[in-house]
Amino acid sequence: MDYHWNWGIFFVQVQNGDETYLDWLINGFGWTVAVSVSAWIIALSLGSVIGTLRTTTRPWVVMLGNTWVECFRNVPLLVQMLLWFFVVPELLPKDLSMWVKQDMPAKEFITATLCLGLFTSARIAEQVRAGIQSLPRGQHYAGMAMGFTTPQTYRYVLLPMAFRIIIPPLTSEFMSVFKNSSVAFAISVLELTFVSRQMQEDSEQGIETYVAVTALYFLCAFIANRVMSFIDKRTRVPGYVSAK
Amino acid sequence: MIEISHVNKHYGAFQVLTDCSTTVAKGEVIVVCGPSGSGKSTLIKTVNGLEPFQSGTIMVDGISVGAPSTDMPKLRARVGMVFQNFELFPHMSITENLTIGQIKVLNRSKEEAMATGLKLLDRVGLKAQAAKFPGQLSGGQQQRVAIARALSMNPICMLFDEPTSALDPEMVNEVLDVMVELAHEGMTMMCVTHEMGFARKVANRVIFMDQGHIIEDATKDDFFGTPRGERAQQFLSKILSH
Amino acid sequence: MFFGLDFSVLAPSLPFLWTGLQYSVKLTLIAMSGGIVLGTLLALARLSSNRLLSNAAQVYVDTMRSIPLVMVILWFFLLIPLLTGNPVGAESSAMLTFIAFEAAYYSEIMRAGIQSVSRGQVAAGDALGFTYRQTMGYIVLPQAFRNMIPVLLTQTIVLFQDTSLVYIIGAKDLLKAAEIAGKNYNRPIEMYIFVAIIYFVICFTLSQTVKRLQKRVAIIR
Repeated sequence: MDYHWNWGIFFVQVQNGDETYLDWLINGFGWTVAVSVSAWIIALSLGSVIGTLRTTTRPWVVMLGNTWVECFRNVPLLVQMLLWFFVVPELLPKDLSMWVKQDMPAKEFITATLCLGLFTSARIAEQVRAGIQSLPRGQHYAGMAMGFTTPQTYRYVLLPMAFRIIIPPLTSEFMSVFKNSSVAFAISVLELTFVSRQMQEDSEQGIETYVAVTALYFLCAFIANRVMSFIDKRTRVPGYVSAK
Repeated sequence: MIEISHVNKHYGAFQVLTDCSTTVAKGEVIVVCGPSGSGKSTLIKTVNGLEPFQSGTIMVDGISVGAPSTDMPKLRARVGMVFQNFELFPHMSITENLTIGQIKVLNRSKEEAMATGLKLLDRVGLKAQAAKFPGQLSGGQQQRVAIARALSMNPICMLFDEPTSALDPEMVNEVLDVMVELAHEGMTMMCVTHEMGFARKVANRVIFMDQGHIIEDATKDDFFGTPRGERAQQFLSKILSH
Repeated sequence: MFFGLDFSVLAPSLPFLWTGLQYSVKLTLIAMSGGIVLGTLLALARLSSNRLLSNAAQVYVDTMRSIPLVMVILWFFLLIPLLTGNPVGAESSAMLTFIAFEAAYYSEIMRAGIQSVSRGQVAAGDALGFTYRQTMGYIVLPQAFRNMIPVLLTQTIVLFQDTSLVYIIGAKDLLKAAEIAGKNYNRPIEMYIFVAIIYFVICFTLSQTVKRLQKRVAIIR
């Protein structure tokens, strides 16, 4: 293999600027974490609401929830990213459209976060629905028999158990958010994948660049996994054995 | 206290309850029995509106169950219910199970709810288990907690849906003892159960159901003395021979 | 006219989009077949009693599953020319990438499938005097595969959507074709909308079919 190794590249200054390649990487890591965590917050809140609505008895509400899930699940994330960035601003009212295109601060970041958040919300909605429906019917009855209203039954009886049950799939979803945030490169968010291409072209040290970026993605996956397993331990119910 | 008149319920073409009528007076203990699939569990669930029904009326303490104007959560809060599979809330400790309804539905203070909860827990003989979680208790203990939980709401009557049929035989009595005591104290009770010993001891009337119909509705002595229907006789001999 | 959009440019660009779609489908089918074969081998390695083999398979699968697909695409695009000394096109590089990447995901599915076949079946194979290879080939794998068909197909729908990521190395798939056509006719907005609809129709139809299939399989079992 004909390759000129240079592991010192990270401390070299970039071609047009006074920062080092390490600065680029740290910045990219920051944007990856920022996009992922904000998207996760959107996804978790919205996904919980939609997943819950899909277990109610009102057909049109269920249908609305199902449509939401199908729409986001059947179009590639990258295409969705491009739609939000290029197409949606065109469909807005004229003034708003101009503002979004020209003056909206952190346009790339907000678009990517929103897109990834909504995309992930559909997947979380599916898990929340499955979690609620896996609970025995008697739990619902017991809540109602106690005099709880339907929202109270969800709040105190169904959701606390449903969320505990779906922690394993939620863990892999949380790890996926970090991986999926890489698609934000397409709309020029300066996250890790974008930086890896930029640095590879600028420094011509492709392998070193990709090793560093890959390691940082590993780090994200590892941290996401630890965070969820911490939550899992903290919320474990003494003596509870899964019904499955 | 409870008046069930001409209640019909069906899932599509399948008739679950056909023209069911009976009453439970204040302080009365009614035992409902019948083969599985006879609709007895469904009937008792219609009393507090857990199962909707298509026609007929059910009045609880003068309030119509399932009528659009009825505040069902409010009505259910006054009717205690005990389930076959206990249905304690697994993620809450025993004391939380006993206080959550009092706090969130009856708006009692935490202290008051706790005092009531612990008193009831002591009454069912489980004071030592207060800090545990449902998964750490035996089935019999869980069911006693479930009875205490229902009582914590100061119910005007209690519904029991096969409270002992998910229990190991050696745990049945600890639960029945609590129920007998409750009956002696004058609680209005409607119990779906096959425990004929319990029925003999405390029931005022026994209802026998089959295929969605109420076939017998007789005083305890009449029922055990001379059951009229053939089905009831067969059923009784099967149950009693156990 | 709708929001000032003009969809009339779609007609002349259809043949071009069709070429792109053909590449996307071809990439999907090749990655699916290659991925399932390699994935099954990985699953067998993972379940083998040889610790070295099983650990190696696990490391491979976990690594692929921990990094974004776009990074894997970039890695292969960088490494293949370095290792072979010949430049390869984005299209061929993508094929190898997707086989290697999807194999990790298919292997997890096949592993679950193999574990879903009862141990008694293996014992029955042994009792007939079958070798390991025969037991796997005639008894375990066919059942595992059949049990997992719906999940394998669902993964393939995900794979089809993932092929759009070859965008990053400029391979001409459906999305790239739409983008080029959009630039040529100066109508990128209409093109993005159209391509999204194509993806949706294909994936939605397939996933509904899988759902129906799942119900049928559930009944048979």
